Amino acid sequence: MSGHARPATRRPGGRAGTLRWGGALAWVTAGAIPLVFLGVFFAWPVATLVGRGFVTDGALDLSGFAEVFARPRTWRIIRLTLVQALLGTAGSVLLGLPGAYVLYRRTFRGRALVRAFVTVPFVLPTVVVGVAFRSLLTEGGPLGFLGLDGTFTAIVLALVFFNYTVVVRTVGGLWERLDPRTEQAARALGAPPWRAFLTVTLPALTPAIVSAASVVFLFCATAFGVVMVLGGTRYGTIETEIWVQTTQFLDLRTAAVLSVVQLVVVGISLALFSRARARRERALDLQGARRDERAAQRLRLWDGRRPGGDLFPTMVTSAVVGALLALPLGNLLVRSLRTPDGWGLGNYAALGTTGGDNALTVPVWEAAANSLRIAVDATLLAVLMGTLVALVVSRRPRNPVGRRAVWWLDAVFMLPLGVSAVTVGFGFLITLNHPPLDLRSSAILIPIAQAVVAIPLVVRTVLPVLRAIDPHLREAAGVLGAAPWRVLLTVDGPFLIRSLGLAIGFAFAVSLGEFGATSFLSRPDRPTLPVVIFRLIGQPGPENYGMALAASVVLALLTATIMGVAERLRREGAGEF
Amino acid sequence: MFHHTHAPGAAPARRRRAAAGLGAVAVSVGLALAGCSLTGGDGAGESSEDGGGGLLRVVTHDSFSLSEDLIAQFESDSGYTLEFSAPGDGGALVNQLILTSDAPLGDVAFGVDNSFASRAIDAGVFEPYTPGNLPASAEQYLADDAGSLTPIDVGDVCLNVDHTWFAEHGIAEPATLEDLLAPEYEGLTVVSNPATSSPGLAFLLATVGAFGEDGWVDYWSQLAANGLKVVQGWSDAYSVDFSGSSGQGAYPIVLSYSTSPAFEVAEGADAAPTGALLDTCFRQVEYAGVLAGAENPEGARAFIDFLLSAGVQADIPGQMYVYPVDDSIDLPESWTAFAPLAPEPFEVATEEIDANRDAWIETWTDTVIG
Repeated sequence: MSGHARPATRRPGGRAGTLRWGGALAWVTAGAIPLVFLGVFFAWPVATLVGRGFVTDGALDLSGFAEVFARPRTWRIIRLTLVQALLGTAGSVLLGLPGAYVLYRRTFRGRALVRAFVTVPFVLPTVVVGVAFRSLLTEGGPLGFLGLDGTFTAIVLALVFFNYTVVVRTVGGLWERLDPRTEQAARALGAPPWRAFLTVTLPALTPAIVSAASVVFLFCATAFGVVMVLGGTRYGTIETEIWVQTTQFLDLRTAAVLSVVQLVVVGISLALFSRARARRERALDLQGARRDERAAQRLRLWDGRRPGGDLFPTMVTSAVVGALLALPLGNLLVRSLRTPDGWGLGNYAALGTTGGDNALTVPVWEAAANSLRIAVDATLLAVLMGTLVALVVSRRPRNPVGRRAVWWLDAVFMLPLGVSAVTVGFGFLITLNHPPLDLRSSAILIPIAQAVVAIPLVVRTVLPVLRAIDPHLREAAGVLGAAPWRVLLTVDGPFLIRSLGLAIGFAFAVSLGEFGATSFLSRPDRPTLPVVIFRLIGQPGPENYGMALAASVVLALLTATIMGVAERLRREGAGEF
Repeated sequence: MFHHTHAPGAAPARRRRAAAGLGAVAVSVGLALAGCSLTGGDGAGESSEDGGGGLLRVVTHDSFSLSEDLIAQFESDSGYTLEFSAPGDGGALVNQLILTSDAPLGDVAFGVDNSFASRAIDAGVFEPYTPGNLPASAEQYLADDAGSLTPIDVGDVCLNVDHTWFAEHGIAEPATLEDLLAPEYEGLTVVSNPATSSPGLAFLLATVGAFGEDGWVDYWSQLAANGLKVVQGWSDAYSVDFSGSSGQGAYPIVLSYSTSPAFEVAEGADAAPTGALLDTCFRQVEYAGVLAGAENPEGARAFIDFLLSAGVQADIPGQMYVYPVDDSIDLPESWTAFAPLAPEPFEVATEEIDANRDAWIETWTDTVIG
């Protein structure tokens, strides 16, 4: 009736308006779901515990700040935290770049194996890595002559050991899909390889480098187990101090002040990273070439008789993989084969038991099964929430409010990496204890806690890929009449799914290796693999020690396999796109 | 900048990829639904099925362990269904109990030790209960007159030495705390940090008991000057640095337990390669208590009676490497041979520990680590 009464020109405008509002509503909802999740299972528990430190006799009391900052120890700890995090990040990035090149831009036999191998350190329980490193470095150990035991260098090396893979994978994931023709064009125009790299490739990689560096920095700044075990007693960080003050002294005031300091440190570094990223971010030419133009070429060490361009990165990568990663892991493997009756698989056979003198409540295999089940739940949660966040954050809203909201959403989901597992674990105990959320003894709490830690990794894995989609593609699709959901499905969808394999792998790996929060929530009748390893290593007797090492090797293999499968899922697609 | 155009074959290829990726997601979801997930699996949240008497929630530290058949026996005798939680080590356990005293984590707690007992009692975490079957040998360990906590087991934290190392090097083994200051023992001792480890704290208390409030700091500064090594935790010291364990480290004197040598005896051997120095020990006592505000206080009391029963007391050495508080219980053979309790361990009163613990640890940190 009113159809022809209305001026024809207003019709499309009106529909687009409704659509825009409907679209905005959909995006707000997509952002709200993970926000509520994070609010209930992270922000609320943490805020409640920290809040207790600032309330004395029912009144706000901030005198803790003056008191804690008056101690010289506090300043020393803050300084040490920053220095070790900066060095750990710098080391990981500098060594990780050649690694990303060799493992993602070049092909060689055994590449899949090496790729899976470099992931292993990332998910090993820190207590195991600590023992692996220390038995290597201690006086009388194979590398005892280096005199690194209990030194700052040992901590930084271990941080690089853990985080190398984050840089390799995040940067490598983008690098392998960079259109090689841009660099080829630069070369054709006469630029030497280093120049083409510095002016063409490096700027294109910067978003991924910054993204990886920000995650690594957070991991290093909040490292706990490594610092505890390798730092001896001299090197405390904010994180270890929060643990000591909370679990040993119950000094919630000091712990609360330190938590705030940690949040400030993390917040500032996130803001800096985010600015660096924003300045660099732009649409990239993701590899859209056909199979015959694929970026990854065979590794060429020699160019005739002259060293080829691949020689230097290959040497660096071989040194990192062969020494820094393989020595501690090899040490672990060799020691796991040593039994009281000589060399053999006795420790592995014992994994079906509950250990020497019943050190455990369940056989190790059962704990491994628990770990896998928990990891499935945690991965589902993390990938679901993380993908929603990444999708929302990858939008570029036109109005400033929307842009700001998107920026905050991005930043907020990085915070779980910057808050101590003790604070989260203790926070759970004092908040999730009333119906309808009395979850303290519920089994779902462990996957939830692990998912909170894994979400930032999912976001950081998926986001660079989504952000690198040329916005013209979406606009073009829109102009050609595709509905917003269709644009999402056909433009974002394929990119999203390609990065999902890796995200699933990461989330799974994080869940398998998570120890901090899990140790406060785990039930003795259903322990996870890292929890039983920790327990075995805490018992006397060579059987238990041997079993702990064997179980660590199993955990390492499990992780490597899962990452290998995730990698494979991704690669199948990558060649066809 | 290149704007790439899609090759003609791209669309179907993309669909294939989408299918592969969606397949991966579907597999994960499928796994979860098919019972490979914890929550979808074989009834992880099975807190509702109980044996008629109701649910009994036990909070312990992470080294708690008892034989399964004993637990099953208790459940069928009492009708209660036990649910265990173990939220961390001894210190963390106490602090969590205090933090959650308004909504307790369970009905009964086991594993609070004498270095943290007063803190928990003062915070009103426990409801006093004196079990009828409390053995006479347990009375000396009571934490307070009200009976807030029931002693269940005891263990001695002592220095251990590597007999083999000392025999090979032709050096006489040390016997006392003072001996460690002698030049021949320079650089041979490794202990764990009292701020981060329970045996470390126990050993600090041993020195307070031995040298008194005025003497212990001096002792530690001399010990530090004699090449003492301090590491973060027990496993680090024992498994990595001690020469007498599987780690085969460089230190023949380590802080551990009086029972540790029993675990180093090779099968069929009649001598232990390591030994505990019984004049260097501090006795740790582990308690159980009914949590104030428990939903099932009756069950909690029954569980404490159960912990003192002959069956559990006899089970304790093999499960938790500590001594039953009931001295009429027969110990495992290897223990009588290789793991005796110290005849006269050093002692510090519980209230004194609680009043000074944090200050002592701080002083210790300043003295030894600087």
